[in-house]
Amino acid sequence: MINSTDVSSFLTRKRARHGFDWTDVLSYAYLALGVLLVALPIFWMFMSSIKSPRALVENDPRLLPHEQLTTPSADGSRSHGVFLWTKPDGSQVDVGFIGPRGVNARVFEIGKPAEIIEVPRSQIVRKEVVQPRWENYSEPTIGSTQSRNFNFLRYFWNSTFVTVVATLLTLVVNAMAAFALSKYRFRGRDAMVIVIVSTLLIPPTVILVPLFITVSSLGMLNSLWGVIIPAIATPTGVFLLRQYMLTIPDELLEAARMDGASEWKIFWRIMLPLSLPALSVLAILSVMWRWNDFMWPLIVLTQSEVFTLQLGLSTFKGELNDNMHHLLAMTVLTLLPVTLVFVVLQKHITTGIANTGLK
Amino acid sequence: MSTLELKQVTKSFGATQVIKGIDLAINHGEFVVFVGPSGCGKSTLLRMIAGLEPVSTGEVRIDDAIVNEVPAAERGLAMVFQSYALYPHMSVRQNLSFGLENLKTPKPEVERRVAEAARMLRMEQLLERRPGQLSGGQRQRVAIGRAVVREPKIFLFDEPLSNLDAELRVQMRVEIGNLHQRLGNTMIYVTHDQVEAMTMADRIAVLKDGRLEQFGRPLDLYNRPANLFVAGFIGSPRMNFLNGTVKALGSEGVKVALDAGGEVSVPCQFQGIAPGSAVKLGVRPEHISLKDAGGDVSLSVSITEQLGGESYLHGTLPSGETLSVRLAGQTRVVRGDTVGLGLADPALRHLFHAETGLALPPLT
Amino acid sequence: MADTSIPTPSRAPANLVGWLWGKLGDVLDGPFRALQRHIGANRMAYVFLAPNVLVFGLFSFWPMLLNFYIAFTGGQSVILAERPFVGLANFRELLDCPSWLDPKTCPVAGFSFWTGIWNTLFFAVVQVPIMIVVALVTALILNRDIRARGFWRAVYFYPVMLSPVVVAVIWDWVLKRRGILNALLSDGVDGWNAFVGSNLFVPILAGLSGLAAWAFCQRLLRDRPVWLKLVGTGLGALVIAFILTSFRANLAFEPYRPINWLIDVRSGWPMFWVIFVYTWGHLGFYMLILLAGLQAIPKDLYEAAEMDGTSKSRAFWRITLPLLMPTMIVVLVLSLIRAFQVFDEVYVLTGGGPGQATKMIIQHIYESAFIGDAKRYGIAAASSMLVAGLLLILTLGQLAATRKKAGG
Repeated sequence: MINSTDVSSFLTRKRARHGFDWTDVLSYAYLALGVLLVALPIFWMFMSSIKSPRALVENDPRLLPHEQLTTPSADGSRSHGVFLWTKPDGSQVDVGFIGPRGVNARVFEIGKPAEIIEVPRSQIVRKEVVQPRWENYSEPTIGSTQSRNFNFLRYFWNSTFVTVVATLLTLVVNAMAAFALSKYRFRGRDAMVIVIVSTLLIPPTVILVPLFITVSSLGMLNSLWGVIIPAIATPTGVFLLRQYMLTIPDELLEAARMDGASEWKIFWRIMLPLSLPALSVLAILSVMWRWNDFMWPLIVLTQSEVFTLQLGLSTFKGELNDNMHHLLAMTVLTLLPVTLVFVVLQKHITTGIANTGLK
Repeated sequence: MSTLELKQVTKSFGATQVIKGIDLAINHGEFVVFVGPSGCGKSTLLRMIAGLEPVSTGEVRIDDAIVNEVPAAERGLAMVFQSYALYPHMSVRQNLSFGLENLKTPKPEVERRVAEAARMLRMEQLLERRPGQLSGGQRQRVAIGRAVVREPKIFLFDEPLSNLDAELRVQMRVEIGNLHQRLGNTMIYVTHDQVEAMTMADRIAVLKDGRLEQFGRPLDLYNRPANLFVAGFIGSPRMNFLNGTVKALGSEGVKVALDAGGEVSVPCQFQGIAPGSAVKLGVRPEHISLKDAGGDVSLSVSITEQLGGESYLHGTLPSGETLSVRLAGQTRVVRGDTVGLGLADPALRHLFHAETGLALPPLT
Repeated sequence: MADTSIPTPSRAPANLVGWLWGKLGDVLDGPFRALQRHIGANRMAYVFLAPNVLVFGLFSFWPMLLNFYIAFTGGQSVILAERPFVGLANFRELLDCPSWLDPKTCPVAGFSFWTGIWNTLFFAVVQVPIMIVVALVTALILNRDIRARGFWRAVYFYPVMLSPVVVAVIWDWVLKRRGILNALLSDGVDGWNAFVGSNLFVPILAGLSGLAAWAFCQRLLRDRPVWLKLVGTGLGALVIAFILTSFRANLAFEPYRPINWLIDVRSGWPMFWVIFVYTWGHLGFYMLILLAGLQAIPKDLYEAAEMDGTSKSRAFWRITLPLLMPTMIVVLVLSLIRAFQVFDEVYVLTGGGPGQATKMIIQHIYESAFIGDAKRYGIAAASSMLVAGLLLILTLGQLAATRKKAGG
């Protein structure tokens, strides 16, 4: 939100005592470089995702999506690419390209599809227009190709289901536990807290095999519930919420108790609303975890109809190269929800994560 | 009838006993103040009555029914907390009606009671606001209102005025007094401020270290403190204590030789003392007068405080003990003067056992 | 009296969520209230704890125990009863090598395991310090008196929000043999060579060296008269320009040949890019934590130091770093533990290739158990145990070391 009329004061307003010095120049240069490094690859991918399949196969290095003009053939049955022919006398004319013959090309002038002439290939250049190809997006989602090898809507629904349900369950289950651990005195409470905190240090990746066997013996393989349930009781969540709930004064709960509220009602009507800041941090974290989760779904889900977006993308990437235009477009669609959430809640997310030190 | 009775009530947290056996009976409609220094257990006692803290041993009876095991919500009490404990995410109206809704009170009844409480406490305009948008005094009123709508048998107040500034405190004191007049309920009020206790209470319970030191009407506590602690705690400025030795016992009472020089007689009974016993003489500053010549003791004045309507002298006696004097009006005495003092009318003198601290009862 | 009551304001539409929330709570309140009446208020704590304990026990605690059992069994069945007890055979297969340093001498499972271990160790040892230094520098810069700090912070943090799969797809696309990076490098080299050969080379070089010399003289001859600075500048510019023009022919590069960044077996590029991409995706998180740590340092400390005449660099070493130490330790432990578990990005980006060049230990565990016809759960479980042990030692050692340092 730099006021553009104010550029000079922006450049000079630093460090009132010393004026604008070379360290500031370096700082901004560093920051700008970093921003380029972050933004360029993503921007490049987005620009690539609206290019035509041919431009992608040919690795057109230009930033904008160029597409060759086409013109219908004499009988109208097929279309030919348009080239610009520079005649030896210097005049130029648009021609339709039929096919190569030796070093020459067989072409026809636009408007005269019947008169086929041969010109040296060195004299013609492709005639292109800048045109984004949005079909890359529409084909795999609502178009005819969607059911073939990348069922985007299915994956999107699966990912959304997992994210929403898992986040809601995570919030309720962990908030209940955090409430018990922060506001009650009972035997074994401190031991519970220690167990939970110490499991923060145990990486979930080292229990892959037994967890898989547990989930499979419960019949949850190839079920979204097999992805959702095992991770809803996160020590991170309990820890985060408990720390916050400890700051809520006990007198509030006692007032509610005097007011005849049951323990459940105290939890639901007093504790949860007052823990909203911590709950929203956990909600954001959970959405991030679940939407981006890859390894655990990779293990539990092996049939493509229950794939999440991340699984679908990685499988699709591994499969083939000639669908690059679809892969890139779908990658953009996958990062879009997260990006939107981030743009809207940016401040909340960064301060929330910075304050809790959790990801 | 809502009476409250405590019988040998104790409370322990782990190994430490914080309430050491308290007996107390509170009548219907009484305004009782628990007063004592911080850490004396007065708040714990209140919370035990409320049901927020389980009783270790002993009985709590409300209307002659033992309520030790009855949950807080079902004892028919309401409490005003020190921090007000208003639900910050609810409007004032919701704060007031939350408790009634929990009790499944019919909706029209809830609205009637909320409106009545709002009118009584003059907060009709505040009903849709949140606690965060209220001033300290307004919050205080909402907290009281939340207790009022419950129409409880007994009101409990836990240092409710300690977060207010001096002026508001006086004002709220009056309001709570009016509320008691109007509702006629039993009220139990905890404070560490003896002025609040003196001005508001029908009866005061003075607590110290988990024990009940004295329970009685405010002026009884002032006039006849049962021991050194109560004598020192009630009254401002504090009562002066002078060490002395019993010289003679007679029909007029006890003759005491003060360490500071001079002799005074105190008209009191003399169980447990004999000539030679160490005693403490208690004299309130407001009962001491200047004597131009031949006073009981002489005071070398170190500080004079002139408040206009009254004056205070603080100084040292020949024995090294300090003494404060309150004089009506203004004084000419200045720092460095030595003045003669008359130590009160004999009937206003108090005599205590030096060891036990207990007061010797007056001659009747 | 009911008639004179203040009318209830309509709050239905604005508070629909709140109303639903309340209703949902009331519906659930019935059973919970009954339960509370039955067991007492204080024991409700166990009820609140129950779902968490159940899920946690079943899906965290029980698997931890189960892992021990599976590590000592063989076969390919997921039914525990059908898994034969094989004793230490799994561990023997992993550890029984002539030399752990040379995985090729190990049996198949051991080869994969030790390749993963060494790759992961290399990855962690290189990636973690680089990332922490870059994150610290970035945080320090953002902690300066910088305009639009929120914007910069958000941009640096943004990649953290992206899924590893997306990150891998993005960079795979950038790093293709005929991708944008090679195109840019090629253009850069061509452009530079054209510039070196062009007529503009000498004047531009002279201008630049003049500027450099001027800046240099400004600092070096700070208190001298202007004419001396000008003379110095002229001399300096001449010297630099002379040196550079005499090596002009050597300044041109070889024509650029595109590199297959992720597939080139003989070079170290695949590992480089794995480290780079992983750092790209995670840097923002650690930057954010360090920035929060920096901003928690009270400003008046620096003001006091300034009153004491402390130089900026001394303030950094004696105030900033010591006070940032707790945050640094958190960052170090977290990033090391995460680096050891690296899987997603690498698996999607290179698949562990080329060959085994970027195969990490978690990929070894994953592939042993879930890829191929032979599902060697026992080997995977045994590997997990060894990795867990390694991580535990690492964490404890690190904590002990930092504590000792802090204590001494």
